[in-house]
Amino acid sequence: MTENSKTYETAQSDLIASDIDAYLTEQEHKSFLRFITCGSVDDGKSTLIGRLLYDSKLIFEDQLASLEDDSKKIGTQGGEIDFALLVDGLAAEREQGITIDVAYRFFATDKRKFIVADTPGHEQYTRNMATGASSADVAVILIDARRGVLTQTRRHSYIVNLLGIRHAVVAINKMDLVDYDQEVFQAIEKEFRTFAENLDFSSIHFIPMSALKGDNIMDVGDHMNWYDGPTLMAHLESIDVSHERAAQPFRLPVQWVNRPNLDFRGFSGTIAAGTIKPGDPIIALPSGKTSHVKAIATYDGDLGQAMADQAITLTLTDEIDISRGDVISEFDKRPEVTDQFQAKIIWMHDQPLLPGRPYLIKTTNKTVTGEVTELKYKVNVNSLEHEAGKTLELNEVGLCNFNLDTPVVYEPYRDNAALGAFIMIDKITNVTVAAGMIDFGLRRATNVHWQAVDVNKDVRAEQKRQKPVVLWFTGLSASGKSTIANLVEKKLHARGKHTYLLDGDNVRHGLNRDLGFVDADRVENIRRVGEVAKLMIDAGLIVLTAFISPFRAERRMVRQMLEDHEFVEVFVDTPLEICEQRDPKGLYKKARSGEIKNFTGFDSPYEQPERADIHLHTGNMSAEDAADAVIAKIEEQYLST
Amino acid sequence: MTDLTHLQRLEAESIHIMREVAATCDNPVMLYSIGKDSSVMLHLAMKAFHPSKLPFPLMHVDTTWKFREMIAFREKFVADHDLNLLVHINEQGVEQGIGPFSHGSAVHTDVMKTQGLKQALDKYGFDAAFGGARRDEEKSRAKERIFSFRSAQHRWDPKNQRPELWNIYNNRISKGESMRVFPLSNWTELDIWQYIHLENIPIVPLYFAARRPVVERDGMLVMVDDDRMPLLDGEEPEMKMVRFRTLGCYPLTGAVESTAATLPEIIQEMLLTRTSERQGRAIDKDAHASMEQKKQEGYF
Repeated sequence: MTENSKTYETAQSDLIASDIDAYLTEQEHKSFLRFITCGSVDDGKSTLIGRLLYDSKLIFEDQLASLEDDSKKIGTQGGEIDFALLVDGLAAEREQGITIDVAYRFFATDKRKFIVADTPGHEQYTRNMATGASSADVAVILIDARRGVLTQTRRHSYIVNLLGIRHAVVAINKMDLVDYDQEVFQAIEKEFRTFAENLDFSSIHFIPMSALKGDNIMDVGDHMNWYDGPTLMAHLESIDVSHERAAQPFRLPVQWVNRPNLDFRGFSGTIAAGTIKPGDPIIALPSGKTSHVKAIATYDGDLGQAMADQAITLTLTDEIDISRGDVISEFDKRPEVTDQFQAKIIWMHDQPLLPGRPYLIKTTNKTVTGEVTELKYKVNVNSLEHEAGKTLELNEVGLCNFNLDTPVVYEPYRDNAALGAFIMIDKITNVTVAAGMIDFGLRRATNVHWQAVDVNKDVRAEQKRQKPVVLWFTGLSASGKSTIANLVEKKLHARGKHTYLLDGDNVRHGLNRDLGFVDADRVENIRRVGEVAKLMIDAGLIVLTAFISPFRAERRMVRQMLEDHEFVEVFVDTPLEICEQRDPKGLYKKARSGEIKNFTGFDSPYEQPERADIHLHTGNMSAEDAADAVIAKIEEQYLST
Repeated sequence: MTDLTHLQRLEAESIHIMREVAATCDNPVMLYSIGKDSSVMLHLAMKAFHPSKLPFPLMHVDTTWKFREMIAFREKFVADHDLNLLVHINEQGVEQGIGPFSHGSAVHTDVMKTQGLKQALDKYGFDAAFGGARRDEEKSRAKERIFSFRSAQHRWDPKNQRPELWNIYNNRISKGESMRVFPLSNWTELDIWQYIHLENIPIVPLYFAARRPVVERDGMLVMVDDDRMPLLDGEEPEMKMVRFRTLGCYPLTGAVESTAATLPEIIQEMLLTRTSERQGRAIDKDAHASMEQKKQEGYF
């Protein structure tokens, strides 16, 4: 430990000992900074944070004893203190010597309190890194002086910038291993600056350091006299991150409606931008209803004013209907409402993005269903070039158009992260699959109006004396879908019903001839069939479809396109062995020999319906019996009018 | 208007988390352990929902070995604030006579605390449970999400945590699964004490130094809180000025000798001391990564 930090520590201890009240007052008024450390694996992130904790005296004696113990047992520094062991907390990580998840660490100096997100370096954990970046104001990007700017350095710099971090500190670490050579430092600075020209940082600061030896972390050290800038800590203490959000127009995303009794109706939420005081005129969106602020009610009494980041409860002078998901805004400058927008997303799951598949979209205060209608391009995060693609894989970044089933209030992410951010959730597994940042709304939504016509679905159906419905046959290839559907159609036709059968033969050769059999195409295939069936329903027809349709999510998607009772799922349940014996088109044979890829039942999954409306066990019934069983099931509800 | 202080920011973040749970979960509960962190969490909850009453019950998993002063404090606080408190005791454990003296800390904690908690969560079908844990307490906690998913068996899978971005929390679960929610994740021990000081939050008097009867056993000062504590040969309770840095089951919670009788004195002592808070807890002294393992098994 050098003189500087000793002096600081002694001064603090003296103050604590002599005047604890003065110390507490000083503590109360500290500012706050969240930063993230990132960079390639083995650049020394954990060591740096361990060093920060150690040098700021945040390691207690019992922790130090266990650290010394661990360093001898499993350390990588030849028995000397291995600071990385302090932060690599999970047992699996300690064994593997890597950091697999974001760790949050806390420390303070006399000027600031810090929360550090220590994030993983390995490429497969890029999503964890994005997680850490989403709440940080500053990124400390570590570079190993021996290795310079690496792919992962570029990837992380791009992602922290994508997530809106404007201040980068490039920490060129392990200078002790290049003899503290200024030329090495300058070469890396030049390389990074060239790369960063394509990014949008408002400040980039370069610091040569050795986390292991402690140079330029808290103390200057005496190895790099050629560097006259601040130490890492001095820089983090002074960097100005006041992002003027308090000066932006007022936004309160309503999180919870507070109604203890008939006399009190409050709207609770965390202010996303701006300030508010009693008497201010407001507008609620998307309803457009207006009122004035009556009070800012808190447990400690009403407030005269509140600002961005405070969690408050507003009451209004008028009784207007506002619920969770709405946004209370400054009257004059209101955010937009849309059900279509363009956004950048980071894909975070092993299962790739499927355009056209419905996902849950959760914004700061609202959850809706939405789909990617178009993947415009993927970003190659090494070259920052745009590439075409049909899906996004884990850790890929893409620019997409979205379509939602319900409009949301939003602002572009770069103007207001709180109203521009969203996550995507898989509807079946409930896992978070992507993080999104809205660029802008698409105007199409407001320009296309569905024509309400007098001759409508009900009138058309009535004329045909039937209730329109989709009989959706699903099952393996050669399970008997088309055969049974054909028989059902014949029987219905014979009874004077108006029907239409959609199957692979009449769809694949025309409407969908541009589609193949990879998952993304299978989803699009079903989406188009669903849309066609929907039009036919509108025309009043009984529609029969015979498609393998292997994924629950797509069958559910079609169900959701239609009204209740317009979708009947018929599961043609034939065991794989029987289908393979039948094999009328010889497809199973080809799949077995590897001639066909992505064949359902082999190398592409079939997800059985969980609750089919009609379940046909074809193992013990003829096609004729199966067709009669279907008709018997729909007789009362759809045919007897 | 000046910028918010770090405590104001932490307060707002915690309130946001609590409101999110109230708005989106069907059947949440707040676990209340009577300790200082629970007291802060409860205080923040009263702020979050004011003037409404808390939109969820509190639940205390009582191991039957808590300090008597803790139970007295709980009863008075709940009555004063008209709170809805559920107390759950693992009756099977009581019937089997499980206790820290007879069965040791590991068995006692597992049966009365971990199993008791699972029983209670299953009994009431809670889909979200608030806990007062902080990330600065322990290594594995530093990596846990604020909304932390638990399987139907109450297990935590540290390698398969959902990404958690901004303040947008994914609390979607299937039937039987649940969420543990930690609104104090980003608070440090010093933040907690400062906030208690600033907001005048009542805490159990055991945190303040007083003369109490203790015996020294295995290097730990154990308070003789009732006559269930068997004294070993040569052990004689001695009146000492002591206080507690954490509270739990009295036989498992070591006292420290201290004269700190006011909040500033406690904070002063904390800042000048050189051992971490959890050191007084017998539970952490087992093998490496013991907390991580307990959490995977369903410990809070």
